[in-house]
Amino acid sequence: MLKVENLKVEVEGKEILHGVSLEVPDGEVHVLMGPNGSGKSTLLMAIMGFSGYRVTEGRILFNGEDITDLPLHERARRGLGIAFQRPPVVKGIKTRHLLGICLNKGEIKPLTKDTKEKIEALAEEMNCKPFLDREVNAGLSGGEVKRSELMQLLAQDPKMVLLDEPESGVDLENIALLGKAINSLLGRGLEPNGITPLKEKKERRKRSALVITHTGHILNYLFSDRGYVMMKGRIVCQGNPREILRTVEKYGYQECVKCLR
Amino acid sequence: MSSVTDQKDKLLMVGIDTEEKERSATFIQEEDRVVSCGVKQEGVELLPVKKALEKGYGEYLWGALEKDPQYEGFSNGYFIRSEPGAKPVFPVQACLYIAKEGSVQHVHNIVVADENSELHVITGCTSGTKRGTHIGVSEFYVKKGALLHFTMIHAWGDEIETYPKTAVVVEEGGTFISDYICMHPGKAIKMYPTVYLKGAGATARFQSVLVAVPGASMDIGSRVYLSGENTRAEIISRAVSVGGEIIARGHLIGEVPGVKAHLECRGLLLDPKGRIHAIPELEGKAIDLEMTHEAAVGKIDREEVEYLMARGMTEDDAVSSIVRGFLNVEIMGLPEPLKRELDEIISKSNEDAL
Ligand SMILES: Nc1ncnc2c1ncn2[C@@H]1O[C@H](COP(=O)(O)OP(=O)(O)OP(=O)(O)O)[C@@H](O)[C@H]1O
Ligand SMILES: [Mg+2]
Repeated sequence: MLKVENLKVEVEGKEILHGVSLEVPDGEVHVLMGPNGSGKSTLLMAIMGFSGYRVTEGRILFNGEDITDLPLHERARRGLGIAFQRPPVVKGIKTRHLLGICLNKGEIKPLTKDTKEKIEALAEEMNCKPFLDREVNAGLSGGEVKRSELMQLLAQDPKMVLLDEPESGVDLENIALLGKAINSLLGRGLEPNGITPLKEKKERRKRSALVITHTGHILNYLFSDRGYVMMKGRIVCQGNPREILRTVEKYGYQECVKCLR
Repeated sequence: MSSVTDQKDKLLMVGIDTEEKERSATFIQEEDRVVSCGVKQEGVELLPVKKALEKGYGEYLWGALEKDPQYEGFSNGYFIRSEPGAKPVFPVQACLYIAKEGSVQHVHNIVVADENSELHVITGCTSGTKRGTHIGVSEFYVKKGALLHFTMIHAWGDEIETYPKTAVVVEEGGTFISDYICMHPGKAIKMYPTVYLKGAGATARFQSVLVAVPGASMDIGSRVYLSGENTRAEIISRAVSVGGEIIARGHLIGEVPGVKAHLECRGLLLDPKGRIHAIPELEGKAIDLEMTHEAAVGKIDREEVEYLMARGMTEDDAVSSIVRGFLNVEIMGLPEPLKRELDEIISKSNEDAL
């Protein structure tokens, strides 16, 4: 699904990633851990193609296609979706409107009855109904922001999702709910509401994900296949995500450096 | 030269529906000539202003504005009145049109929303030529408990000069709402309509949407005198420059204790060659009044654009959506063709920026 080869990325003239390689196969969920400022978000932003993240070396392959130089919206239309760590408030645009655009693959067009129904169903599933008619991300709580991001992703129907710290700013009780929502997005585990049809779930199961977590909390709720540790712009360790997390919790991130050597 | 009658599309741009489907009355004047003046619904009176003056409505001439010799030689204009208690469902539409190259159109308009009535007027000003002059004096009267909703759309030819002068008097419990949209100011436009909230509990609300293309220059403001007890006013303007110049003014004058008013001028610069100058003014002449203002001029936020692009929108669509959201045109119920043109102007400015 996604292959990153020796990626070097500059932000404001400074090299932040010094040659990152990883591969996420179809239907797998990989987790990226690492201390603050290690370059986790930078990697996601570069994969998605945001301006300000300049790839100076290496390439990004998505389903075999080199997307390193594709514009952001083209990557989205190819099936890459992202949930932001701290999304901006988009003034003057309602969440409902944006959701319609997501369902229409980025096109602005009048909503069909079918699309309108899907909007309602998604809002129901992700518990976002109360703020569907507010401006995007305006005045939302930490948990609401995350649910709104996941709802938009579901509407986009991506092949692969990039999640940047889905649990940050969410209290423990809501992390469980969020974990369920992510599992639902990825067609794994129990349904949060039991309304997703089995066929739909099977489709979702084909999705891949690259999930950033700083604390690792989300691992308790998420079915994940592989984990990485990033430090100072390099991937220094990879393996079973739960084992990595146990080591990190016990000895701190320093231990991961030794492990690869 | 093109006559107003074969300008259906142009009229649609300024909200004038020649098929009169959802309109209670229609007035169209080309240069000095009244082309159309007819009422379809009860409770509305519509006359060429000269006829109205003959009929005995003389008290309304220079009743809101101080008599100005410079503006006396008007050729005609519209007189619109809603009868006491009347609530016509559809708006009255009025169009002032300049057809001949270099001609001067001088009108004097009067609108009266009589006691406890509700009146919505849509006026569109446009031209079939490039050069010309429009002198327009307007006097509005909102009587006790009445509501006047006035929507005005300006879409002039490139070299049209416009000199409007407007005053509104609002009596006890009356409400005046102004929605103004200007995308084609012509050569230059300078306008500063003034509302006098005289009666207790009277309210005024201005909402203006200004879009300046390269070469355009507009100086547009709204002024409200709050002189009645418990009067309220709100002035909101949204200005977008894609290369032109906009001066957005607002002036609130609180004359008695206890009044409340708010002024908001926000500007968005889409082109570095453009200029937006927001001049909000607050003037308090009594203690214990609440007047606030908010002004901001800036450029579009890259982060917001890319957020939308990450959902699959093209850069063009993302920028247009944000600008449209900023202008808040949905609320005003902009005519469809004008919306499309607005989108075109915005997306063209994106190309220039890239
Ligand atoms: N816009 C920017 N300008 C300058 N430096 C930046 C910018 N964005 C990121 N950086 C720097 O790049 C490095 C990596 O940042 P990044 O946000 O990718 O880290 P992170 O691993 O996601 O951290 P966190 O766990 O705090 O989210 C940091 O040193 C950061 O200061
Ligand atoms: Mg981060």
